[in-house]
Parts: sequence; C-alpha cells; structure tokens
Amino acid sequence: MLSEKELQVFIKGTKKYFQINSNKEIEIAAPYLAAAEDVPISELTGIIGISGERKGCVFITSTKTMLRHLVLSLGENEVTPELLRDVIGEMANTISGNARADFGPEFMISVPVVVEGSPDLIALPKNLKGYVIPIRWNSFPFLLVASLA
Amino acid sequence: MKMLIVDDSMIIRRKIERELELNEITEIYTANDGMEALCIFQMHMPELVTMDLTMPAMNGEECVKEIMKINRETTILVISALADKATAIKAVKNGACGFLCKPFTEKELNAALAKLISYRNNNKVSPC
Repeated sequence: MLSEKELQVFIKGTKKYFQINSNKEIEIAAPYLAAAEDVPISELTGIIGISGERKGCVFITSTKTMLRHLVLSLGENEVTPELLRDVIGEMANTISGNARADFGPEFMISVPVVVEGSPDLIALPKNLKGYVIPIRWNSFPFLLVASLA
Repeated sequence: MKMLIVDDSMIIRRKIERELELNEITEIYTANDGMEALCIFQMHMPELVTMDLTMPAMNGEECVKEIMKINRETTILVISALADKATAIKAVKNGACGFLCKPFTEKELNAALAKLISYRNNNKVSPC
C-alpha cells in the first residue's frame, strides 16, 4: 500500500506534467481508497504496469473531451483518435517514469497500454486497493489511480 | 546535419520536430521503436539522435548500444520520463551524450541539443 508521502510523488508528477505542457495549474481533490470494481472508469484509460521492488499499476482515466483540449495545448492543430490514445498513454508513462526519481531505479515501468471504455479490462492487483486522486485541469475532471504493493 | 527522433509517442515525436529551432539540423527522420530506428539509422546515418528509453519491440537502451556498434561518433540525446540518476548514468555509459527528462520545455529541448551540436562541431567529434 502507498504511504501518504509516496502518494505525493504522483501528485507532484501530475502537477509538473500540466505546468510544463499546458502552463496551467491543476486542482487536486482529496484522494480516497477504492477497490478495483469501485473505480469509475472514463472513456479512455492509460495504464502503466509496475514491477520490480514495487508491484501494481498506475493509470489515468479521462474523457475524450479533456484529452482533445490537452492535445491542442500540446501544439497539435488537429485532433485524431490516435492522438487521444497517444496522449493518455504518454501522460501515464511520464508521471510513472518521473516517480523513479523518488522510488529509485527498481521501480520498473511497462510501456503504456491504452483501453477505451471496458472497465472490466482494468483489474487492480488482487487484495490491493488503489488510491484514487481526483484531478481537474482546465475545468475538466479526470482520475489518477495508483495501486502499489 | 541529419537527425533521427525515436519515441513510441507520436505526440512527443511531433513536439520535438515542431519545437526544434536549430539551423544546423537540415533533415529529420522519425521512428516509433528501437527496431524501426535501427533500420532508419542504417539507411540515412544521422549524426544526431534523440532516444526514448521505454519503448516496445526494442527499448532505447538496446537501441543506443546497437547504434554505437554501427557508428561510435553518433551524438545521442536520451529523452525519457525515467527521472532517476541511475538511468541517466547508465544511458551515458551505453553511449548517450546527454539526458533530457520528460516533460520538457521548448527552451530545454533546444538548449540540450544546441550544447551537443556545439561540442560536436567545435571538436569534430561526438561529445561522449
């Protein structure tokens, strides 16, 4: 289970991602613990598997509307379904990868897997709850979920 | 100077290409994994490469090693989200010349590449 201090690592990484890529601050609501079946999955989800000293996953789930605005803020002129999938995978990858600065090199991250809808395809590790961090960027809500043993 | 951008994210490949402000770079090629990067590298022999680390097919670490076997004078800038010092040190040991952490600004990207190009031009060799 993540500690309060470890949870802050992901919050710090998410703040940095949006500051640099959109020059806008994010708003963070109180994180809460949830079982796999209780995490509200949105339209697109970018998932990073974690292995090594820690095991579990980190994922971001968001509406396509939020991702469309993010793609545009990254300098693209047009938004395609491929770019929507790409941006949520890369966001999950960047935030998870940045966490190695605190967790160390044994915090191994997978390449991103992007899932459209289908909450049944996203399973948190057995007997392990995930911390759900509700975030708002540019008025759009999305969730970052970190589930680590 | 020819440059190859290697990253499995299209958003990142296009961001690097769009934000480049260096006159020295005249031709740009892109690849979305290490295997594709090696094919393009052998075909065009770029002097400069930006390399992601976490990629499918062949990761960036392996790709840097393979590029070094082909041409040790290649200047490689690793651009990765893996923010720990050990990863940066390992990348340099494998043959990379610099490390830029994602997320990065346009200014940071151009500064990192300009530094490597300047060293290469002034010393007529790769800075690593």
